[in-house]
Amino acid sequence: MKEKNFLQYKLGFRDGVPIGLGYFSVAFTFGLAAMAMGLPLWAPVLISLTNVTSAGQFAGLTVIAALGSVIEIVLSQLIINMRYALMSLSLSQKLDGTVRLRDRFLIAFINTDEVFAVAAGRPGEVGRWYMFGLITAPYLGWGLGTLCGAAAGDIMPDSLAAALGIAIYGMFLAIIIPPAKKDRPIVGVIAIAVVLSCLLQWAPVFAGLGSGFVIIICTLVAATLGAWLCPVKEDAADA
Amino acid sequence: MPDTMQLLIYIGAMALVTYLIRLLPLVLFTKKITNRFVKSFLYYVPYAVLGAMTIPAIFTSTTYVASAAVGLAVAVFFAYREKSLLFVAVSASTAVFVAERVIEFF
Repeated sequence: MKEKNFLQYKLGFRDGVPIGLGYFSVAFTFGLAAMAMGLPLWAPVLISLTNVTSAGQFAGLTVIAALGSVIEIVLSQLIINMRYALMSLSLSQKLDGTVRLRDRFLIAFINTDEVFAVAAGRPGEVGRWYMFGLITAPYLGWGLGTLCGAAAGDIMPDSLAAALGIAIYGMFLAIIIPPAKKDRPIVGVIAIAVVLSCLLQWAPVFAGLGSGFVIIICTLVAATLGAWLCPVKEDAADA
Repeated sequence: MPDTMQLLIYIGAMALVTYLIRLLPLVLFTKKITNRFVKSFLYYVPYAVLGAMTIPAIFTSTTYVASAAVGLAVAVFFAYREKSLLFVAVSASTAVFVAERVIEFF
């Protein structure tokens, strides 16, 4: 590995550490939940290592526990995880020339909400070594967290687990607020998404809508309105 | 409970669907998009996604809505001051922990 590549890897790795720590506690909960349903220890670990997604995995557990059909599990994953298609599409425009086709197969595997958020928040384009660094700690945290949760039972006191529940959202806010200070239309896009998200999740009319669908609808509406009313300048769109 | 074979089929189906959703857009769009509307749309996607995922979910991410509100206020304050991701996340968690002990004391 060339020194320049190593520095990029290190930079990405450092940005991924807070994600990995956050994942550990969420995955820990996932491991606990799976064991509570009576699954063998290897099952939640294998699920985490092959899926790397929180909401989809929790939903999958409930289908498995109910001995649902394979069609049911496929549909639940499709609906809950469809938002990743938007994120991957957005990320495809963010990768620089060093990212080869086969690198995309690896990056796609671990393109989670948080990995995408951090990559999207970087100024300019991102290269392959930065991305490899970025996905390392989250993947380890996700796998190890599941293993520990499944193996160790309830170790973390509830009070600590509850407080850590907000960590991921704190991170999201730290990603979207600084650019919003400099670019007013972003404030509008966030406001539309937030209001719509509350409306869809609280209004009784939309009670049947899963949270995955809600996020897709909010994203499509808010980003479309933003692009329509405030199209970005040629150079700003690459930032 | 499902047997080992059934479990493997479930897990394989979940993994395949999730991976294809993430993979296809990433390998099909290897060229830069030049359309201004599409570029603008994709520029706004992260803010819309993260905004929608954070609110209202943040209010149910802790034991009490009130402690979550305290955590949200602390997170917004430090995010506005442009502190690091980790700093904002840890400050919000600490604020929630303290707020919950105070709530339980009264």
